[in-house]
Amino acid sequence: MTEATAPKLTVPLAKPTPPAPAVGDQPKAEPLIVTQNLSLFYGPSQALKNVTFDIPERLVTAFIGPSGCGKSTLLRCYNRMNDLIDGVRIDGTVKIGGQEINAKDVDAIELRKRVGMVFQRSNPFPKSIYENIAYALRLHGIKSRSEVDSIVESSLRGAALWDEVKDRLHASALGFSGGQQQRLCIARAIAIRPEIILMDEPASALDPIATSKIEDLILDLKKQFTIVIVTHNMQQAARISDYTAFFYLGELIEYDTTSKIFTNPTKKQTEDYVTGRFG
Amino acid sequence: MSAVATAPAPPSLPRPGAPKTSFHKKQFRFSSFFFTGLTGLATLLILAFLVIIFGNILMLGWQGFSWRFITAGTEADMFDVNKAGVFPMIVGTTARVILMTIFVIPVGVITAIYLTEYAHATSRFTRIIRSAVNNLAGVPSIVFGLFGLGFFISFVGANLDAALRPSNAEPLWGKPALIWASLTLAVMTLPVVIVATEESLKAIPLGLREGSLALGATKLQTIIQIVLPQALPGILTGGILAVSRAAGEVAPILFTGAAYYMATLPHALTDQFMDLGYHVFILSTQSPNVERTRPILYATVLVLLLLTLALNIVAILIRARMRRKMRMLH
Repeated sequence: MTEATAPKLTVPLAKPTPPAPAVGDQPKAEPLIVTQNLSLFYGPSQALKNVTFDIPERLVTAFIGPSGCGKSTLLRCYNRMNDLIDGVRIDGTVKIGGQEINAKDVDAIELRKRVGMVFQRSNPFPKSIYENIAYALRLHGIKSRSEVDSIVESSLRGAALWDEVKDRLHASALGFSGGQQQRLCIARAIAIRPEIILMDEPASALDPIATSKIEDLILDLKKQFTIVIVTHNMQQAARISDYTAFFYLGELIEYDTTSKIFTNPTKKQTEDYVTGRFG
Repeated sequence: MSAVATAPAPPSLPRPGAPKTSFHKKQFRFSSFFFTGLTGLATLLILAFLVIIFGNILMLGWQGFSWRFITAGTEADMFDVNKAGVFPMIVGTTARVILMTIFVIPVGVITAIYLTEYAHATSRFTRIIRSAVNNLAGVPSIVFGLFGLGFFISFVGANLDAALRPSNAEPLWGKPALIWASLTLAVMTLPVVIVATEESLKAIPLGLREGSLALGATKLQTIIQIVLPQALPGILTGGILAVSRAAGEVAPILFTGAAYYMATLPHALTDQFMDLGYHVFILSTQSPNVERTRPILYATVLVLLLLTLALNIVAILIRARMRRKMRMLH
């Protein structure tokens, strides 16, 4: 990594530049993502019900719960990917670094530069490994050849992929294995130095070896990034996350440290789920 | 889980009520046989027609076909097999098809992008546009010809003349011309390009678009840099279909640009042109001696088929090259 720390709130979210709060002044204990009374509707059906909780900085927070419980929907609220879906209505507030992200003057494009995302199905562009990352950098105005070269290398190293692809940087990304493609997507996400990386079941389509590589990578990445991960794999949540949120039917049932959730949950539903009695 | 894995396998009992017939008794099913035969026959019929038509044209057309025939004009006598030539028609047809492609691809592609990427799929407006596109595809080509005459020539052209050269009584734009014929054909083939582009855009996985947007790309950046390059072969397929359809059409150009006879080749967009398809019509209806003209008629049809084939091959080669480029990258 060329930079030791993730950049702070350098880009103001709102387009007519408001006086951005100096983040350094805020107490360290301030959570990075604050979610309050968040409800989300797809047309008439409600997918999220009054979700309220805080996600801390530079830790891994896992969302678990049975299919259809709203965890992916919630994840997609943090980079406003739900904007792309017709008929979605959001109530409540989501603040990232103290700024309300659903405010009218917030530019979703700028938000997504600070909140990266890795998808369930790896989605490298049908370009070369190099171009996949260079495309992301070009979007952010980084065009100088030497700078792009060095960021391509550092982000591929950061995604533990450099040694495997360094001789084939200009080969099509689609020719690599599923696990390599997913790590390329992670490299692409970290290349633009976001503060937060959202991961939507990043390893669910991968074999156990590729999965363990991704998990090692996540543990390494949390030194620099705040990671929010949706997973169906309970062991995975237990292995890699610091905090775990359990969702059921659009409600946040329980949110606590991962060890508490998996060893001594407060709610019966949580216990039933993590012990595999339902879901 | 482990309890299930170590449990002894249940003894295999005969299922109650299972029929005890043997599989090795293949039955003759008439309906199956009949429909296999019917579908095969239908396919054969198509093939037979194709062979008959092409064979007939090739055999009879070959007699009048010669190097002189495709490089000479019709100055001497367009109905005499030893003097007639179709070079001006080859030029005219090629020019109108290429011009049409230049007009139709951008408009069609942009419309398709709007319909698939921007418009709300279920909105009333989108549905109206979509049904308009489908209806456009069903309009008879002679209607396009009349539309071209009424709109492009009498309205657009006449107004251009009035605005640009009011002192000149002789119309320049307000008469049949290469540009109006090409535009009329472009309107006619628009649905083909729109539908082909839409299909290729829809085939691109949502994940690619999301991947780009999640990196902070705008919708426009995503469409231009990620979506369109992927859709290019499909767009070209639309172009190929449009070229195939337009090359042989006569009705749309009848009133909008095709000429019975021209002493010179067209050298401006406002010139009229001679056209292969229209020439076939002329040869078959205007000849003083039908028997003597027949070899030229067949040869002209053959040239039209070959030209359509050639235009298609060029488009297919471009598409293949693009696909190869996309696979190899840099």
